[in-house]
Amino acid sequence: MKISDIVEQFNLEVFSGKEGLAREVKGGYVSDLLSDVMGNSKEGQLWITLQTHKNVMAIASLKDLAAVILVKSFKPNEDTVKQSELEGVPILGTTENTFEITGKIFQYLKENEII
Amino acid sequence: MVMHFEYDIEGGDFSKAGNVSSLLKKTLKQLVGNHKIVKRIVVSMYEAEVNVVAHAYSGKVIIDIDTDKISIQVKDKGPGIEDIEQAMQDGYSTASEKVREMGFGAGMGLSNIKNNSDEFELTSKLGEGTELKIVAYLKNL
Ligand SMILES: Nc1ncnc2c1ncn2[C@@H]1O[C@H](COP(=O)(O)OP(=O)(O)OP(=O)(O)O)[C@@H](O)[C@H]1O
Ligand SMILES: [Mg+2]
Repeated sequence: MKISDIVEQFNLEVFSGKEGLAREVKGGYVSDLLSDVMGNSKEGQLWITLQTHKNVMAIASLKDLAAVILVKSFKPNEDTVKQSELEGVPILGTTENTFEITGKIFQYLKENEII
Repeated sequence: MVMHFEYDIEGGDFSKAGNVSSLLKKTLKQLVGNHKIVKRIVVSMYEAEVNVVAHAYSGKVIIDIDTDKISIQVKDKGPGIEDIEQAMQDGYSTASEKVREMGFGAGMGLSNIKNNSDEFELTSKLGEGTELKIVAYLKNL
């Protein structure tokens, strides 16, 4: 499964990092605590969060995460967008809250036997 | 294969936090490819870097890449750590409100470093600064 499939399925906004939309999705991780994500997320996961600053991209890139999904209509900061383009890690957005979007994506990945 | 790098880190400057880790990751990927050690050492480097930015005034990173191991030293000028055992506990943090709002300050950074290194040594002098030494071995290469 590709990130572009998730974007399409859940009608996500693509803020930046279009280059990375063909990346493979291997699962997901949900947290707004950066060192939790640093310590526990795995390569290829989608990261669902409400953090919008540049350090989010540093972590996503260092951990080889598939993409970042911002919840509740949060928008990435300007330098976050820049970093996302530079690294080719997409930043996506949804109007839904963390509970709703996580539940849906979890189910979708389960149905498709990704997790 | 012996490489030596030194970098300076500025306290308080979150916009640059992660730069040293990013450079180290790129260098290591060229040297050893997709080896598990790259993932581990990058986690440690990032947490150590952010701790200088979040808790100290300035710091120096010294990286030595050897044929069998990677050693990292991070020395900072800062307030130091009064009780290292307490600082190592998950959930203990003195991060400011502003830093917590950014999602730092879970109090998990030091244990991330410990879990991702083979040797770990943290020493500190109150009112002077803190020194971290870690080593990760490139076994099975
Ligand atoms: N270089 C340092 N100088 C001074 N104090 C430090 C330093 N590194 C860590 N500490 C102290 O140890 C505590 C725990 O550090 P740790 O990295 O585990 O968590 P944190 O930085 O507070 O939060 P995070 O989970 O974002 O890393 C810090 O809150 C701080 O009080
Ligand atoms: Mg920390």
